[in-house]
Amino acid sequence: MKVLVTGVAGTLGRLVAMRLVERGHDVIGIDRRPWPNAPESIEMYEHDIRKRTAEDVFRTRRPQAAIHMATVTHLVHKSPDRMRVNLYGTRAFIQHCHKYGVKQAIFVGRHTYYGAAADSPLYHTEDEPPMSAHTFPELADLVAADLYASSALWRYPEIATCVLRIVYTLGPSKHGTLGSYLKGSTVPVVMGFDPLIHFIHEEDAAEAIVTALSRKLHGVYNVSGPSPVPISAIVRAVGGRPFPVPATLVRLGLRRLALPNLPPAAIDHLKYPIVVDSDAFKRATDYQHRYDERETIDAFRAAR
Amino acid sequence: MRSGSAGPAASDCVLGALHIQIEAPSGAEATLLDKLLPIDPEVAARIDSLDLSFNKFGFDPYGISKKDLVRFMSVFSWFYRHYFKVDVYGLENLPPRGRGILVGNHSGGVAIDGAMVMGSMLLDAEPPRLPHSMIDRFIHQFAGASQFMSRTGQFTGNPDQAIRLLRDDRLLLVFPEGARGTAKLAKDADTLVTFGTGFMRLALETKSPIIPFGFVGGGEALPTVANLKALGRLLGVPYVPVTKWGLLVPKPTRFQLLYGKPMVFEGSGHERDDVCGAMVEEVKEKIRDLIRQGRQLREKKITEADLVL
Repeated sequence: MKVLVTGVAGTLGRLVAMRLVERGHDVIGIDRRPWPNAPESIEMYEHDIRKRTAEDVFRTRRPQAAIHMATVTHLVHKSPDRMRVNLYGTRAFIQHCHKYGVKQAIFVGRHTYYGAAADSPLYHTEDEPPMSAHTFPELADLVAADLYASSALWRYPEIATCVLRIVYTLGPSKHGTLGSYLKGSTVPVVMGFDPLIHFIHEEDAAEAIVTALSRKLHGVYNVSGPSPVPISAIVRAVGGRPFPVPATLVRLGLRRLALPNLPPAAIDHLKYPIVVDSDAFKRATDYQHRYDERETIDAFRAAR
Repeated sequence: MRSGSAGPAASDCVLGALHIQIEAPSGAEATLLDKLLPIDPEVAARIDSLDLSFNKFGFDPYGISKKDLVRFMSVFSWFYRHYFKVDVYGLENLPPRGRGILVGNHSGGVAIDGAMVMGSMLLDAEPPRLPHSMIDRFIHQFAGASQFMSRTGQFTGNPDQAIRLLRDDRLLLVFPEGARGTAKLAKDADTLVTFGTGFMRLALETKSPIIPFGFVGGGEALPTVANLKALGRLLGVPYVPVTKWGLLVPKPTRFQLLYGKPMVFEGSGHERDDVCGAMVEEVKEKIRDLIRQGRQLREKKITEADLVL
């Protein structure tokens, strides 16, 4: 099958692309970032998904399936065009899929969609609305992109659309929201709060995306790996030291306190858990993660 | 020490200063904590026998920490057994396994009753069980309280959370009077205010038995004479209770805690309000009766043999 992958140069994008190649698919990659030394079997296009040149790839290459991973993560990037990348990029992706006869579209979203709050339940199910987009404007565009992608389910019923809300990825790449947060030897945490963090090995996350593709999954699904672990235990397990900072100080001095790009509302994500229920995904695909909580953290820790 | 990323020198100084203040005791954490809060082996054995499964880091799927639970209950057991004294009746009415909702009366300014129910379930019941209280939203907004509640399985009351826990065959602890219940002044401690109907809908939807209980003595431990609502708003709590002696320190008190027979109701959970309300009234009546008997026991007007649970 001919599969187009946007955001292919990212950590997860690469893992997904390699897996697809291994399974005998023809992979077409689009990313505005380069992928140096990309395997030759992958057809790389250095384009921005929102630009005409990217549309040309859809038009000329006519993929049967497409995976959208060209969204900007909320905690490490703060450029003014993120909202445009996330929303207009998703819109362009869905419309190209429609216009050029893509049969299957997968939007790779994040579990932070549900938001973190004092009263949010553990184990969110897919039908729950995003509760804290208003308190976290930096996250709102991702929430909107997620909902926009879901709208393709009724807007273009001929496309098998799948929205995946994947928990934080962790692994040897050391990339990703959680990975970047855990990098220092001293990791700031909010004093008196110790939320459960839901994470998955990046290989397992890539496998989940490929599984969604091979099962022609249709609908919105949470994806998670092992059961969640409190933030302090994770920090210690990766060999770091949790450094408790009172919430008021975090709010006042976020920029200075070792969390350079964290918007103020991100503090809720260090206070309250976002834990998802992925039973629906497992039931629909028989997917099972390979790395447990210890192995995932060890893989992150061992990598240099 | 090194901060997570390079920052200006000034902030490093701030970090450095904080570091000394906050982190100084943590080097000796294990030994110091163990010395201050010795583990009670009997408590540890009871927590060990809880029907919970822990992952490789020692947390159950809801984030309950065996270690923290043992440490806390070791300390709490002294308060439970010696500072206070709880006469518990009807422990045989508690389901040894499977789902259920403990429903009872609130009193005494703060939720001492909740703590005592927790104590009886973990320290007296056979087999011990860990109830999940459905607590007020404000509690998880406080540093420390949030962490403690998270590690002991006490969550903000939320129907989604409650249904999930019940379907997982856990035990819930619900005070349908909510903060209105703890706000009762000492003179009204044995009365009941309006009950919410949420617990009944949960019970019907998940086919969970309701175990009614009555708690007596809360008004004596913390005899509240006033509630400061304005100050409460300022602090982010529903109210600040003021006791006879001003301070919010409970005096050593003997409590009576009576568990009634499980009550099972039939329905879907989507009944009309008046239908559901009538069932709630039945539970409320039972709790009222348990409180009355508890009061008579307290005043030695009846003995254990006279109890009808």
